Amino acid sequence: MNDSPTPPPALFQFRQQSLQYEGRSVLDNVSLSIAAGERVALIGGSGAGKSTLLKALREQRPDTVAWCPQQPGLVPILSTFHNIYMGALEQHSLPYNLLNLIKPLAGARSIVEPIAQQLGLEQQLFSSIDKLSGGQQQRTSIGRALIQQRAIFLGDEPVANVDEYQGEALLKLICQRHQTVVLALHDIIQALSVCTRIIGLQDGAIVLDAPSEQLQASDLAGLYGAS
Amino acid sequence: MALSANRSIASSASALRNISLWFAVSALLCLVLVDIQISSADPWAELARMTAGALSPSVWSWPTLLSGLANTFAFALQGVTLAAIAGFVLAFGYRFALIRAFCAFVRSIHELFWALLFMQVAGLSSLTGLLAIAIPYAGTLAKIYGELFEEVDPAPANNLPHREPGLSHFFYAVLPLAWRSMATYTSYRFECAIRSSAILGFVGLPTLGFHLETALSDGHYSEAAAFFYALLLLIGTLRLWLHKRLLPVYLVAVFYYLPPQATISWQLLVRFVSEDIVPAPLRGEALWNGETISHFAQWFNLLWQQQIWPGLFNTVLLGQISLVFTGLLALALLPLNSPLFMRPRRLISRGRFMSHGRLMDRNWKRGIGDSILILLRTLPEYLLAFIGLLIFGPSMLPAILALGIHNGAIIGHLLGRYTEELSLRADANSGVTLYFYEVLPRIYRQFLAFLFYRWEVILRETAILGILGIATLGFYIDSAFETFRFDIALLLILVSAALNISVDQFARYLRQRLQLKTVPESL
Repeated sequence: MNDSPTPPPALFQFRQQSLQYEGRSVLDNVSLSIAAGERVALIGGSGAGKSTLLKALREQRPDTVAWCPQQPGLVPILSTFHNIYMGALEQHSLPYNLLNLIKPLAGARSIVEPIAQQLGLEQQLFSSIDKLSGGQQQRTSIGRALIQQRAIFLGDEPVANVDEYQGEALLKLICQRHQTVVLALHDIIQALSVCTRIIGLQDGAIVLDAPSEQLQASDLAGLYGAS
Repeated sequence: MALSANRSIASSASALRNISLWFAVSALLCLVLVDIQISSADPWAELARMTAGALSPSVWSWPTLLSGLANTFAFALQGVTLAAIAGFVLAFGYRFALIRAFCAFVRSIHELFWALLFMQVAGLSSLTGLLAIAIPYAGTLAKIYGELFEEVDPAPANNLPHREPGLSHFFYAVLPLAWRSMATYTSYRFECAIRSSAILGFVGLPTLGFHLETALSDGHYSEAAAFFYALLLLIGTLRLWLHKRLLPVYLVAVFYYLPPQATISWQLLVRFVSEDIVPAPLRGEALWNGETISHFAQWFNLLWQQQIWPGLFNTVLLGQISLVFTGLLALALLPLNSPLFMRPRRLISRGRFMSHGRLMDRNWKRGIGDSILILLRTLPEYLLAFIGLLIFGPSMLPAILALGIHNGAIIGHLLGRYTEELSLRADANSGVTLYFYEVLPRIYRQFLAFLFYRWEVILRETAILGILGIATLGFYIDSAFETFRFDIALLLILVSAALNISVDQFARYLRQRLQLKTVPESL
């Protein structure tokens, strides 16, 4: 497991690029490559550039990643079912999608229900999203990513609103369902236990990039102090 | 099965869905009951002649056109100025139920009905035109100003050392906070007043509507087109020349050009108030006489059967269909003014959405889309209905189309602008899927709020369209005026006012029950 020289089949690649967020340069001179099969955690204080990096990753392969942003963009009056199904809109025809909006169709339910079950949302499947707790909403957002059945998962704090125990289980589920995973996380223990590679960001630069086996929680604590 | 078992689970969509369903079903029922036949022999030929006229506008007489324009502008500016002053004063007392009721009453009577009333005592004078606009608009402005005063942030007022609210309190801590919204709303109302002013021409006042009606009725479509374009130009260019600082100049000019005056015969006025508008069986009779009361009951009963009931019935029917049609049209038209649907091609490529802020700067597609909505909004529904009657012949169809197009464009424009505030995920869909899955559910609450807010207006306009021959309350009111039966006219006007007030109350109840918020900036 040595990936310090760039492995040939790189999924994502930056060569001394500067990444912007809303017109402002956040990350300078980024050189980075991520290969298929890696499970990467992005670690760093708020404003360090995790979201910017994730956004840039997504833009490299918009059609092959399952995207789970910090602002989940759930639609308030629609049900959990519809909010999860929204990840699969592209895979169905327009008339099918519209019919399903009026009355949940059997086919769509057979796809959504197992996912809801795995996420512990089967009781809330037909509740409006705005009646759900923050944790339930976050699980719905993950559901929307899972239904896309893509090889790559990009998540920005995907389990920030659920407790540690549930978070661990959800992250395992995510890793199990995706070949490559890149997550912005604030929980160092979670990052070390779930991911194979840790990228530390601080003050607009990558200050750490190492396999998680070689790291301990204490190595990462400093990333939060300065910013 | 599972779905019905889950029915008990909280769903915020179901209340909105149910109310929408009720409205749609009631409109469909109404549609069965009303006459929407096209009765003209050849609507296409008429439409072709109109199009030909619209493409070849010709000014028959420049002085007529210019004086029509000037009068339209003068009535509107005078009327709104007076209404703003009166509305401001009334707004002070807006917390008193009596004042609120008074305001609701004066604005529930359409400006055309006010004009018909004043014409009986003040003739076709400049005073009639001024009051017809000023009175209902004062009621509307008082309501908006009053609500704005109530909604300002109370912190500045609470922080003042002397806590008992006085006038200086108001001028320092309330008015400055509400001022901007008041100005915005008043200027929007001014645009409406120009439409109202133009329409007053249809009952004889010397505004653009007068010449429009003559030209349209005579089939002189090229001449009509010239007046029509003049009206559009007047409204469309307001922003360019009606500056705040020039307002005093314009005010002096309009009062100099068209001083509000009328030769009122006092004898006539006294007779009108003490005799003409008193129900016929009560005139000169002892009020508490059994015979008088039974005469009155007979009179009223006959009136109810022949005019009030059919008028009410048709007004409600037509209003309901128009309301639902307005809603459908608004939902169909909103993408025209939405940055989510009207965006330059290159930004559509998936995954490369730009922040909406930058999108809005130079977006010619949306510019064109919104211009269409503003144009449709600029067309007065009364004029649209008149044109529709010429094309389709007498039925309720022209009225439904006119009310739907005008009001649908107003709500569509506002909803489109509302979508600016939606923040969507970067991987959101586009086109029809985006509309139904992301946009419609998010704006639906706001949509219903706007529509219910507009309900009263639609109903008031429905009544008015009766003057054109559609059998709503306005039809019976107009006939009563024509036959000089002012007692009946007044009674019917009061009935239409009561209808509007009840609908307004019902709409307010629905808005509260469904927890709909409205910012009535330009409705």
